Amino acid sequence: MNAEELTQVKVDKSVDARGTSCPGPLLAAKKAIGQIEKGQVMEVLSADEGTRRDIPKWCNKKGFEYLGTIEESGFFKILLRK
Amino acid sequence: MPQEAEQKTIEQKIEALEKQVKQLQDQRQDQLSMVVFSNDLDKILAALVIAVGAAAMDTKVKLFFTFWAISALKDKNKNAGGKKDFKSKMLGAMLPHSISNLKLSKLNMEGMGAKMIKSIMKKQNVASPEELLKTAAELGIEICICEMSMNMMGFKKEEMIDYPNLSYCGVATFLADAGESSIQLFI
Repeated sequence: MNAEELTQVKVDKSVDARGTSCPGPLLAAKKAIGQIEKGQVMEVLSADEGTRRDIPKWCNKKGFEYLGTIEESGFFKILLRK
Repeated sequence: MPQEAEQKTIEQKIEALEKQVKQLQDQRQDQLSMVVFSNDLDKILAALVIAVGAAAMDTKVKLFFTFWAISALKDKNKNAGGKKDFKSKMLGAMLPHSISNLKLSKLNMEGMGAKMIKSIMKKQNVASPEELLKTAAELGIEICICEMSMNMMGFKKEEMIDYPNLSYCGVATFLADAGESSIQLFI
């Protein structure tokens, strides 16, 4: 998915984990994923560069589809489909 | 007839293979077994971050606290109620009273370094060891305390923190759990 397509994705659930450092964002993502259905899209907002690498690994393990990351000013928007 | 016999051999082979696969699967579970040996602030922090991270990824986590690390599980508001002998009291007085006053393994500088690191952590929203331990409890991370080293250090069960999945065990429990874990660590 390219950058433009990524910004067009409809987000069903947004998790703001900008106030935490590793492993906070991962924990926040784990807690929130239970609140969406299979096929729905979740975004994780994190100011932590490490989370950007961590979330795809987590998706791979859990069988979620990692869609990509949008770089905003000072934080990342990491998108995945359950 | 020979064709039937051949089919039977293949079926038997498949059955044997299935058994082996199941055995292999049972041997290595999605589980992390960690020996926590040190009571240095930095090492306890590393151990807890890894443990909580693993639990966040739905890996089952078992922590084995032994030797110095046991002092990090003491509750400073509890006491052994006169059960301790002189040497145990001495050791207890010289070791950290809880997870809140651990020392850094480097640059501790009489506690100045530890204080500085904690203030930096707070500023950067890094969870404190106390918070991580609380999260660990919420995630169902199991903690097992080595009974032998606890007796050696003169610690009593009455002085340990309230933790939902806390038990006491020996080396065989760790080895059995580690044997079926896909990840084993010593910190």
